[in-house]
Amino acid sequence: MVPTTFYVLLSAALFTIGVLGVLIRRNAIVVFMSVELMLNAANLALVAYARERLAVDGQVLVFFVITVAAAEVAVGLALLVAIFKSKRTADIDEVSMLRG
Amino acid sequence: MDSIQIPPIDFRLIAPLLVVTTWAMVLLLVDVFAIPANRKKLTGYLAIAGLVVAGLVAIPLWDVSGSTFSNMVVLDRYSLILTWIFLIIGALTITMALDYLPRHGIEQGEFYPLIMFAVAGMILMAQGTDLIVLFLGVELLSITLYILTGFAYPRLTSEEAAMKYLVLGAFAAGFFIYGIALTYGAVGTTNLALIAERLADPAAETNQLLLLAGASLILITFAFKVALVPFHMWTPDVYEGSPTPVAAFMSVGTKGASFAALLRILVTALPALEPFWLPVLGMLAALTMIIGNLGALSQTNVKRMLAYSSVGHAGYILLSIMVVSERGAQAFLFYTLAYTLTNLGAFAVVIALEQRSNATWSLDDFTGLYKRQPLLALAMAVFMFSLAGVPPTAGFMAKFYVFTTAYEGGLGWLVLIGVLTSALAVFFYLRVVIRMFMHEPQGELEPTLDRGLSADIAIAGGLTLLFGIVPAPIIFLVERSLVAAGG
Repeated sequence: MVPTTFYVLLSAALFTIGVLGVLIRRNAIVVFMSVELMLNAANLALVAYARERLAVDGQVLVFFVITVAAAEVAVGLALLVAIFKSKRTADIDEVSMLRG
Repeated sequence: MDSIQIPPIDFRLIAPLLVVTTWAMVLLLVDVFAIPANRKKLTGYLAIAGLVVAGLVAIPLWDVSGSTFSNMVVLDRYSLILTWIFLIIGALTITMALDYLPRHGIEQGEFYPLIMFAVAGMILMAQGTDLIVLFLGVELLSITLYILTGFAYPRLTSEEAAMKYLVLGAFAAGFFIYGIALTYGAVGTTNLALIAERLADPAAETNQLLLLAGASLILITFAFKVALVPFHMWTPDVYEGSPTPVAAFMSVGTKGASFAALLRILVTALPALEPFWLPVLGMLAALTMIIGNLGALSQTNVKRMLAYSSVGHAGYILLSIMVVSERGAQAFLFYTLAYTLTNLGAFAVVIALEQRSNATWSLDDFTGLYKRQPLLALAMAVFMFSLAGVPPTAGFMAKFYVFTTAYEGGLGWLVLIGVLTSALAVFFYLRVVIRMFMHEPQGELEPTLDRGLSADIAIAGGLTLLFGIVPAPIIFLVERSLVAAGG
């Protein structure tokens, strides 16, 4: 049996990659993918802890996270399509009329 | 194989939430199939009716308290008062938007049910006593707001604001859920009361490192949501880009609901970690009060000024949250109510001055307003005084309440910063007032005052003054609202 710590370390690595992706990458689609990576890292940690404790509540939480992530991405992609129609780009830095 | 045990569910305890959600879902269909495209205002009226019904349904629940759904949702007077505040926010926002949307050519029926869904998310955040429920509430509110922020599509600033808000909001959601996962790993539960129980139990082995990491991530999430410095960078851009009624809604709604959830987490789940989060939140509060108010000083765009001012106010609210006592919760409720009315009113005046062709929200629009629209100028003066904390307005009473509570709670140095930054804030609020009253009007700006806006400004202004002069009834109400643990 693989110790829980391994799973958690893996999930921490995935989470870090996700965070860096959001901060560094400029393409909106890649940013969405990075956010997805962060959420799934959390899912992995939740499932690992739930198995360690032989409890289901952590696993149930994962379903909620998956649902929420789907909704978020749906809105995000719709927005991206709207922006692409008016700006012809998916680069976040190109979309900056507002100061700040 | 055991069958799944369905826990007993008391629907009475979530009655307002049920009314708002069901009404919004039905209204979405009604809007599509029954309401013709040129009568979309009707949807707005129906949405207001739904919010009023939810408010009435909540009245008999004043003497009821308890938790249901396996202690995931609680009803106490704290959440009930917040529910009412959120319903007021929703109703006032919709009234503001009734004529704003057609005037700016972005009228679509979904706007009103979306506001209702956001209100439902806020109520869920006030009632949730489990990290799962709080996560759902936060996301229901946020995802709805992403859509509302981009509602002025295809106006590019609106799209940009929505994109910024979405990327940062999703980022914060990632932090939140990872924080929940780590906390779950440390204590083995997501229920707030049970977390406190496990932490207080000396026999239970909790991994302190995991717990601290989880708690920090959760704190960061809420710092994002309520725009505490240094997580406030998105606020001015998002407020400026989004349709003004949505900005008004966000400035009070997201803050109120997120602080409500944060207070419940700190009071119910993490009192044992106070030595850890008190200094952290103290630093954030100090930074937020200073930088929020300094940022507002240099703004010539009223919408951005209000955005920075809302950052500053987040710092003041945080003071009341940090005093984890009944007094703190009371001060928080009072401040939220006062700030809600004042800020919604101020945004309503901004909407009245917003021209479709050339919306710059410049301070110059206010120049000489008293000569053109004396009543509007007077109302704006009331809101500015209330935001600055000048008597006899609700804002003054609220600040007084929060500062005394924080001082008694041993946060003297923060109160000092609070008072000093309030004095600083008087400068930029009064600048608007001076422009309205002391200068001659220039330019051809004609304020548009429709019925909804007038009603909004009258209600907000009247109540702001009323609560400033006779705060006793509200204080009576909030003093009877305890935060139940829900366990």
